[in-house]
Amino acid sequence: MQRKPFILQNPSTLIVLAGLAVFTVAVTALSQAYGTGALPTSMVKVLGKTLCLALAAVAMDLVWGYLGILSLGQMAFFALGGYMIGQWLMYARTEAIVAASMANNAIPPTPLELQEGVANQIFGVVGSADLPLVWSFAHSLPLQMLLVLAVPGLLALVFGWLAFRSRVNGVYLSILTQAMTLALALWLFQNDSGFRGNNGLSGLQNIPGLDTVSQARLSVWFLWASAVALGLGYLLAAWVVSGKFGSVIRAIRDDETRVRFLGYPVEGFKLVVFTLAAMITAIAGALYYPQAGIINPAELAPIASIYLAVWVAIGGRGRLYGAVIGAVVVSLLSSWFTGGRAPDLSLPFYTIKWVDWWLVALGLSFVLVTLFAPRGIAGLFDWLGRAVSPRRQGRDLGPDHGALQEQEAKA
Amino acid sequence: MTHAARPLIVLLLTVLTLLSALPAAANPALRAVIADNLDQIERPSRTTVGPLIDQIAATGPEGTALLAAWADRSLGLTDDRRLLIVDGDVMTDAATGAPVSGADPDMLRPNSGVRGLIESALVASQISDPDAAMRAQALDSIARAGTADHLKALRNAPPDPDPALQARRDRLQTLLTIQHDPDPASRIAAIQALSGDVGLDFRAALNPLLVTRRIAATDQPGDANIARELTPGGDLLSRDAAYDLLKAQDLAQPRLTPAAQRDSLAAHIADGKVGGVPVATLGDPAARDRAYDALEAAGTVTPAATESEAQAAIDAHRYFEVYAEPDSDVTDAARAAQRNAQLRLSAMKGIDLGLDALSLASIYFLAAIGLAITFGVMRVINMAHGEFIMMGAYTGYVTQTLIADRTLSLIVALPLAFAVTFAAGVVLYRLVIRHLAHRPLETLLATFGVSIALQQIAKNVFGTQARPLTSPAWLEGAITVNDVISISTIRVAIFVLALLFLGLFLFIMKRTRLGLEVRAVTQNPGMAASMGINPDRIAMMTFGLGSGIAGIAGVAIGLFAKVTSELGQDYIVQSFMTVVVGGVGNIWGTLAGAGLIGVLSKVIESFNPSNTLAAQTFMILFIVIFIQFRPRGIIPQRGRAAEA
Amino acid sequence: MNTVTKMLMLSSAIALANGAWAQEGEPIKIGVLHSLSGTMAISETTLKDTVLMMVEQQNAKGGLLGRPIEAVVVDPASDWPLFAEKARELLTVSDVDAIFGCWTSVSRKSVLPVIEELNGLLFYPVQYEGEESSKNVIYTGAAPNQQAIPAVDYMAQELGVEKWALLGTDYVYPRTTNNILERYLTDNELADGKIFVNYTPFGHSDWSKVVSDVVALGADGKKVGVVSTINGDANVGFYKELAAAGVSADDIPVMAFSVGEEELSGLDTANLVGHMAAWNYFETADTPENAAFIEEWHKFTGDDSRVTNDPMEATMIGFNAWVAAVEKAGTTDVDPVLDAIVGVEVPNLTGGTATVLPNHHLTKPVLIGEIREDGQFDIVSQTDPVPGDAWTDFLPESAVLDADWPGKSCGMWNTESNSCVQVQSNY
Repeated sequence: MQRKPFILQNPSTLIVLAGLAVFTVAVTALSQAYGTGALPTSMVKVLGKTLCLALAAVAMDLVWGYLGILSLGQMAFFALGGYMIGQWLMYARTEAIVAASMANNAIPPTPLELQEGVANQIFGVVGSADLPLVWSFAHSLPLQMLLVLAVPGLLALVFGWLAFRSRVNGVYLSILTQAMTLALALWLFQNDSGFRGNNGLSGLQNIPGLDTVSQARLSVWFLWASAVALGLGYLLAAWVVSGKFGSVIRAIRDDETRVRFLGYPVEGFKLVVFTLAAMITAIAGALYYPQAGIINPAELAPIASIYLAVWVAIGGRGRLYGAVIGAVVVSLLSSWFTGGRAPDLSLPFYTIKWVDWWLVALGLSFVLVTLFAPRGIAGLFDWLGRAVSPRRQGRDLGPDHGALQEQEAKA
Repeated sequence: MTHAARPLIVLLLTVLTLLSALPAAANPALRAVIADNLDQIERPSRTTVGPLIDQIAATGPEGTALLAAWADRSLGLTDDRRLLIVDGDVMTDAATGAPVSGADPDMLRPNSGVRGLIESALVASQISDPDAAMRAQALDSIARAGTADHLKALRNAPPDPDPALQARRDRLQTLLTIQHDPDPASRIAAIQALSGDVGLDFRAALNPLLVTRRIAATDQPGDANIARELTPGGDLLSRDAAYDLLKAQDLAQPRLTPAAQRDSLAAHIADGKVGGVPVATLGDPAARDRAYDALEAAGTVTPAATESEAQAAIDAHRYFEVYAEPDSDVTDAARAAQRNAQLRLSAMKGIDLGLDALSLASIYFLAAIGLAITFGVMRVINMAHGEFIMMGAYTGYVTQTLIADRTLSLIVALPLAFAVTFAAGVVLYRLVIRHLAHRPLETLLATFGVSIALQQIAKNVFGTQARPLTSPAWLEGAITVNDVISISTIRVAIFVLALLFLGLFLFIMKRTRLGLEVRAVTQNPGMAASMGINPDRIAMMTFGLGSGIAGIAGVAIGLFAKVTSELGQDYIVQSFMTVVVGGVGNIWGTLAGAGLIGVLSKVIESFNPSNTLAAQTFMILFIVIFIQFRPRGIIPQRGRAAEA
Repeated sequence: MNTVTKMLMLSSAIALANGAWAQEGEPIKIGVLHSLSGTMAISETTLKDTVLMMVEQQNAKGGLLGRPIEAVVVDPASDWPLFAEKARELLTVSDVDAIFGCWTSVSRKSVLPVIEELNGLLFYPVQYEGEESSKNVIYTGAAPNQQAIPAVDYMAQELGVEKWALLGTDYVYPRTTNNILERYLTDNELADGKIFVNYTPFGHSDWSKVVSDVVALGADGKKVGVVSTINGDANVGFYKELAAAGVSADDIPVMAFSVGEEELSGLDTANLVGHMAAWNYFETADTPENAAFIEEWHKFTGDDSRVTNDPMEATMIGFNAWVAAVEKAGTTDVDPVLDAIVGVEVPNLTGGTATVLPNHHLTKPVLIGEIREDGQFDIVSQTDPVPGDAWTDFLPESAVLDADWPGKSCGMWNTESNSCVQVQSNY
């Protein structure tokens, strides 16, 4: 049978990509550097960061919505990506400063002296003066970019291999991923681990070699890069979940044992998707932190990963566009409510200040979504979709609610 | 402020009673000393005040009274520069003993170093005081900083009527003999008397005798008390360390460091060249060496020690560890005494570590037991469990603000915390968890939503600052076996509480109808339902029970640590680990999990005492790996229920 | 919570009622960048209130340059990257002339690149680890030589401490401070044998092992002293364990650098009497300025039980120094104000004056206080004002560095090579 082209199979992909393109052009046209200036640079940065979060949410949806692993450690990969790129940003910028300063010396510095100077600049503030071993590649952008993919990928591979091999699944696996994240966060918190402890890596918004480019321009460049990454990541994810591969991983989500009995190497499939998602998340992180300007271990606190899950759940899991919507809507709403700009809600007996009560509202709305709208915001689109097209209702094919349905299997 | 009543120690009261019995006689010597040293009395410094204290003490009982008041911060200075002893509303002139009224003195606040000196000076007069508390205080003061004078005072004092105090005095006298007696024979006897003792005070007396320093010499020094000879390149003395020692004693030239090389090159730049090498190429270490060699050859810089010279210098010397204590008999005795104590000391350190581990395990057990019940019975992960612990702690805090008596408030708080969190658990079950049966991942997320909401509500209501939850007096302090083994009472209480709940849990599960039904539902809900058990009600009761225990755990944790809105978060991951490591659905599993985690954390911590964070990291890492190999925990669940 | 609600209402009232003061011209805007939510809220909210109180007082005096001052309050929510974002917003969207904010070092490091890029002006009011001097920051809190060094000197001389335990929470301030102290103690031969250093995580609660390790240090027969840079909540458990172990201040004195009046309110202080803290200000300071400040504070917050603390004094000094500099420069533009502010002298609350130094630090007296039963401090030692040193003299790499903004336009001047290492800061 002739298969339909990939894009036609997934019309939602086209809509998301078109939406992304329109958004990017609109932001550019309103930016201070390339347009009317209606959007301040700080807002452009927020939007650029939101795109990165959306990419991380897409990866989260891949492992949770499609593969059925509620990974509470995604932010570990996100932060690792940020740390890897941050190492180069810090090293290269400091190297330029140190080299310029040492040029004033009577005698030109040896490479070793230069390196010692850089180490002293970076680590002097946290009470050390040697360049740790983990910074061995920090001088080279290509190597660190490779590490952005390699380190989180390897971590996911090793962790996944160990966990899947021993058939750890369900809530056990969730707790285990959380433990992994906590261990990594605690390790990064230590000064001795060589990542500047609680201070983390900072000043990342100053890109070495681009000193003359204003932040207004840089922020738009990063927005473009984030949009491209999100577009490509989305395409990749959509491609992975379509076709036979996609059917198998959804089958694993719905009943792992049956798939195994059918002869599929379940562990292999899981490992591939888990590692791929980790690498996508790492790229998102590597683009996010140069916009945020600072990365420190607080970024990978267990709660951050759970927030990622919350966004996907509210957006609608098992739908890639749901993840994007969830991440964008909830993170922007969060920053609006906690930014102190939301007007207070005056009740006759009490004034609700959103700075204090937003988290309560988020927590409760999250419970409500889980209870009453397990498909999240994307469920709304399903409902609209059903309203226009003939209702192809079907039984749940899997044993649980939310498992594969007949109509989904036909799509 | 200055009129505020200050609590006075018994000492001052006694002295004042004595004073009031005497006619208020002026003490001209004291008056002169005060007049000469008023500035120093106002702003004393530990390093210089010693002679002044001796002078005042020498002026007689009035001087002693002044010193006592000074140490007790009840000495005031008026604007017209008179010293007054203030006791509540009664003021007397320190120099004349005359009562004063209507003055508004600034109270003097000598720091604790000065106070220590004053108390030490008062020892001689206190040691034979009729009041036992007084004598005990004198002994405290000696124990803190004993001197040769104290030794004399102790030897001259009449025997103490109180046998306990006398025993303490004897021990102090022995210790002071070790430190201050001029006669080596009596020192050795004192050391041997206490040999094998693990007391901190004895070790504190012994260790200074065994302090060594390292020296390098061409030959064995004849007069020094040598502890041992070291060979360079051995475990104790690396060749580099040996060379450092030689440098420190000016027995060898320093090696040429890169920085020194660079500086001397920079000092000899001529026409853009150093020793014929262009400056621009000096970024290369080899070029620097060439330039330096050229300078050496020209004689413009002093030749630095070469590697072979350094090695020769190292081999030409012998290295010794030398005792600061000159008498070798004393050091031998001290060493023998130390060796005797060594084994016992390590054993006791082990026991102390074990107690710490046990205490930590009981805390984790208490925090995790509720989670184990709900997780084991219902396969439901309750992320809000930590917040139930927090609710319990805040219940304790609120109860304490309402009921002032701490014992009573604790007695009220425990059941109240249980009731509050039981109710919260039941409500959570009815509203949320019941509707998410068989969807464990979604339950996890929904309860997480509850958790962040509860945490934020706690912040809004109580603020983010830690709130005080103070244990009653009988739970304060520590149970001390000796100077090594000791554990705070509150930890023992938590241990007992954990045991109590273990017993209670076993009783409920094995001996009551509810327990029977719970076990039935756990093993096979369908079959249980067909036998007339309402699984929903059972699940609700178990959930309430688990939450209620979390509340009690909260009170206990609040008592020994702190009460904040983030208290639950600190324990939730550890609780999960405990349950998962131990194995689900089995109280013994939870116990084993808590034990393993407690012992492991403490053992790792003792390997690297300077970094508690590393210990936690490794502990979690260990657990992550442990789960890979025993995915069902230490005590896995068997039978049909395990398939769920 | 009620007070905070009141405060916020009050602050919006100030913003709305600016006309009531009826000064000429556009209001001068200042930014307040303190966390109002999250873990740091409890400490930082107090400073936000302090700034608002200072603004109110200044407006009542007729404003600044004949214009009213308006405070723009934002909430970075204890989230470090958010500090940078909000700082950019304040400088570009709200166009503030000065920012009063930050508490933790990492939040300052997060804000620094933004402030330097946009040439803003930040007043940083908390004691910190030093090793920094930015053109755009005035450090009104203590540098290590204004708190840590005098405190250990005090312990060595006045208490006779010879054996040291440096306990800290694992982050940059304790790390750097302990590094400096270790070096200082060793170089000056104040330490006998190895110095015990321990780092614990934020919010640590299981202190039994650490406390018994400290007690065991006494086995060498020397007086043991503890220097604590333990932060926040973790102090509660630490002091409780210390009290339970029966460690009195006479046996093992503890000198804390991060425990003040505010932190003690979460504790029963009966067992802590005699332990110490080192700050540049205590609420018990006996001066008329301090009495007036406390009275104003109680009046402003409407709560007589609110304590005052060292960072509040630093905020007050920073605000007054800024006002004086603006008046001297005749404009609120950052560069003229920065030129004018060096050398400005404003009274502090402990009976002296604070001078803004060329390295953008202040002169401050060092006070040592012993904890009393009522949660306040008995001041047992007070030095003359000490000039703040941006680069410590006790680490070899930093000893050669110097900061001199008006003279050399450089915050990191290498006195050996006589060149500026970098104009921007070390992030």
